[in-house]
Amino acid sequence: MGSRSTLLRDEELEEIKKETGFSHSQITRLYSRFTSLDKGENGTLSREDFQRIPELAINPLGDRIINAFFPEGEDQVNFRGFMRTLAHFRPIEDNEKSKDVNGPEPLNSRSNKLHFAFRLYDLDKDDKISRDELLQVLRMMVGVNISDEQLGSIADRTIQEADQDGDSAISFTEFVKVLEKVDVEQKMSIRFLH
Amino acid sequence: MVSAHALLFSLDYQHVQIPFEITLWIMLASLAKIGFHLYNKMPTVVPESCLLIFVGLIMGGLIYSLNDKSPPVMDSDIFFLYLLPPIVLEAGYFMPSRPFFENIGTILLYAVVGTMWNAFGIGLSLYGICQVKYFNLQDVSLLHNLWFGSLIAAVDPVAVLSVFEEIHVNEKLHILVFGESLLNDAVTVVLYKLFKSFCEMPSIKLVDILAAIGKFFLVGIGGIFIGLLFGVFAAFTTRFTKTIRVIEPLFVFLYSYLSYLTAELFHLSGIVAIITCAMSMKRYVEANISQKSHTTIKYFMKMWSSVSDTLIFIFLGVSTIGNNHEWNWPYICFTIIFCLIWRALGVLVLTFFVNKCHVNTVTRKDQFIIAYGGLRGAICFSLVFLLPEFSRKKLFIAATTVVILFTVFVQGMTIRPLVDLLDVTRRRETSPTVSEQILIRFFDHLLAGIEDISGHWGQYYWKDKLEYFNSRYLQKILLREYDQPKSSIVLLYEKLERKHAIELAEAGQLIHTPSSTSLLRSRETAVSIQSPASTNRDIMDNIQEILTTNLYKIRRVAPAYNRYTLPGEMGTAEQAKEILIRRHKSLRLSFSQSDSDQSQKKLHPGLPCEWQGLEHLGHLPLLF
Repeated sequence: MGSRSTLLRDEELEEIKKETGFSHSQITRLYSRFTSLDKGENGTLSREDFQRIPELAINPLGDRIINAFFPEGEDQVNFRGFMRTLAHFRPIEDNEKSKDVNGPEPLNSRSNKLHFAFRLYDLDKDDKISRDELLQVLRMMVGVNISDEQLGSIADRTIQEADQDGDSAISFTEFVKVLEKVDVEQKMSIRFLH
Repeated sequence: MVSAHALLFSLDYQHVQIPFEITLWIMLASLAKIGFHLYNKMPTVVPESCLLIFVGLIMGGLIYSLNDKSPPVMDSDIFFLYLLPPIVLEAGYFMPSRPFFENIGTILLYAVVGTMWNAFGIGLSLYGICQVKYFNLQDVSLLHNLWFGSLIAAVDPVAVLSVFEEIHVNEKLHILVFGESLLNDAVTVVLYKLFKSFCEMPSIKLVDILAAIGKFFLVGIGGIFIGLLFGVFAAFTTRFTKTIRVIEPLFVFLYSYLSYLTAELFHLSGIVAIITCAMSMKRYVEANISQKSHTTIKYFMKMWSSVSDTLIFIFLGVSTIGNNHEWNWPYICFTIIFCLIWRALGVLVLTFFVNKCHVNTVTRKDQFIIAYGGLRGAICFSLVFLLPEFSRKKLFIAATTVVILFTVFVQGMTIRPLVDLLDVTRRRETSPTVSEQILIRFFDHLLAGIEDISGHWGQYYWKDKLEYFNSRYLQKILLREYDQPKSSIVLLYEKLERKHAIELAEAGQLIHTPSSTSLLRSRETAVSIQSPASTNRDIMDNIQEILTTNLYKIRRVAPAYNRYTLPGEMGTAEQAKEILIRRHKSLRLSFSQSDSDQSQKKLHPGLPCEWQGLEHLGHLPLLF
C-alpha cells in the first residue's frame, strides 16, 4: 500500500500489546488504519485527519469523540495514544475477569469504560457533570425542533433522576448507578477483527 | 342508413387489442393504488399486496363469470422477462451498499444454507405425509416432492418488500431479509433445474449430484460476472454522453436489462446479474451523468417497479380463479405448516451460528421477524406453472396458491400487530428513565463514532483494496473528469445553504407557536427542582415523546431504503445535514487555526473559505 515512513517496531508492538491487551494481528491492522488516516505521513494524527472520516462528520458527538483521543492540550496523537483510547472499547474477555487483582486494571474494564464516557461529558474535569455540561451534550444529540426551555427541562429531569446527594450535578458514582441496568460491556465494545 | 353509419364509424378492436388490454390492466393497477392511498387507514391494517390480490380476485371472478372459462393465467414468460426485472433492478440500484456488504456473510448464509434447508426439509416431510395411505397421495414421488419443496421454499422479494414498508424495522434487519430474498434466487433456480433434470433422467448417479453442486457455484458466480461486465460497459458508455444528456437514463436501463437477459440466456441467475450490474455501475454512472438524468433514472425506476409490483399481485389474484386447481386439503395444510416450521427452525439454527461471530446480535424479536416475514410470492407461482404437465401438477398449483395467499394475507396482516405486541411486552419490563435513555443513545453514538475511526467494518480490508484499485485504475477509465467529486461538494454546499435558510425559518416558527409555549409554561410550574416528589406522569410521557421523536438516530436504526420515496428525501439525510451545519462552526474554527499552515493549498472556486479543506467530504452524498 505504498511506502510508509515509519514502520511499527517489534518492541513497540510488544509494549502496546501489554498495555492494551490487543493481539498482534489486531495491532498491525489498526496500525495500517492509523497510517491510512495519517495523510501528512509524520507518524501522528491531527484533528483534521479525524475530521476527514466522512461518517464522523455526521455523527452528533463527532467533536467530543475526536477530542477524547488527544491528551490534555495537545494537537497531535501518536499511535500509542490512538491505541490507548481504542483499548477502552475492547470487549471484556471471560478469562480476563479472573486475572490477578494485584496488577493494574486493564483499560477495557467496566470501570474504565465508564470513566471514558464520563470524561466525554465532563469537560472541565471536576468529576461532576453539571447542568450546563449536560445541556451541551443534549443539544448536540437533539434536532433543531427542540427549544432551549424544553431542553432545559429534560436536563433538569435527568439530573433529578440521577442525583442522590442533592448537589444538582451528576458525580461519577451516580453516573454508574444510572447505568447499572444497562449492559455497558456490550454497549461499549467493538469486536475488533483478528 | 346503416351502411352510411358503418362508413363513418368503424370499430376495429382486433387492431389495437393487445396494447389496449395491456394499458387497461396497467391503468387498473394504478387506479387501485391511488384508491388505497386515499384511504389513509387501510395500509396500516391491510398491506397493499393483500388489497391488490383482492382486486385481482374480483377481476378474475368477473372474467370467469362473463366468459365462462378460466381467465388468462399469468404467463411465466411475461413474469420472468417483463415484470420481475424492473423490481429487482430498482432494489439493486437503491440498495444501500454499505449495510449490504457489512452483513453479506449473514445474508449469504441465510440465502444459501437457509433456502436449501427449507427446500429439503419441506420436500422430505411432505414425502413423509404422502406415505400415509389415508390421504390418497401415494403417487407423488420423492423427486416431485423435493421439486415442489425447492420452489416453495423461496422467499419472495416483492412480497417481503411490500409488507416491510408497514412495519418499521431497523436497517440491519431490513437488509438481512431483503438481501436474502434477492439472493436466494440463485439457489432456487439451481435446485429447480436440478430436480427437473433428475426427473427426466432414468437414474441418478453420484456424478450428477456433484455436477449439481458445481452448477450452483457456476450460476451464482456467472451471474456476478455478467453483472460486473455490463456494469463496466454502462459506466464506460456514460463517460462519453456529455453532449447527448437526453439519452443517458436509457443506457442505465438498457445495460441492466441486457445483463438480466444475457444471464438468463446462459441459464445463469438473472437476478444476481442485474443486481450486480446496478450496484457496480451506480457509483460511476452517477458521477458521469447530469443531475437531471440522475433524477430521471430514479423516478423511472421507482415508477416501473411500482407498476410491475402492482400488476404481479393483481395477476396473482386473477389466476387463482379457474379450473387449474386440485384441492387436496391435507396436502395443502401440511405444506403451510411445514413451511412455517422449517423456516422457524432454519432461522433459529442459523442465527445461533451468526451470533457467535458478531457483537451486534440478531435479537429474538429480529429472529421472529425474519422467520415470520418469509413471505412467498409470485416467483413460486410462476415456477409452479412452468412445471411440465404430469398427473399431479394441479395439486402443486393449488398448494402454491394457498401458501402464497396465506403468507401474504395472514402473515402480512398479522406481522405488524405481533411486532407491536413484542415491543410492548419488552417495554413493560423495562421502561427506561429519561437519564437512561439519553445515556444509552449517547453510548450508541459514541460506539458508532469509534467504529468509524477504527475502520471497523467487516470487510474493511477488501474495501480498502477495492478503493485503492478504484482510484488507481477504474476511475481513470470510467469517469469522465477525474476530479468530478469537487463539483459535488459545491452542489452539496449550495443545497445545504438553501435548505438551511428554510429549516431555520421553520424551526423558528415551531418554537414560537402559541400552543407549545403555553404547554411549556404549565409544565414548568409543575416540574421544579425544589419538589422532587412531583413526578407527574404526563410530564414524563411528554418528555419521553419529545426525546423519541427528536433524538438523532444512530446509523443502524434508521432504515436507509424506502419503496416510495427517493433516497435523500428522508429523515436520515435531513438529520445529517443538520449535524453538518451545526458542526460547520467548529470545523471552521479548526481550519482557521491551521490556515497559516495550509496557505499553499489551492483553493476551489465557488466554495467559501471554510469549506475549502473539505473536498474529502465530496462523497458524502453517496452516504445518503
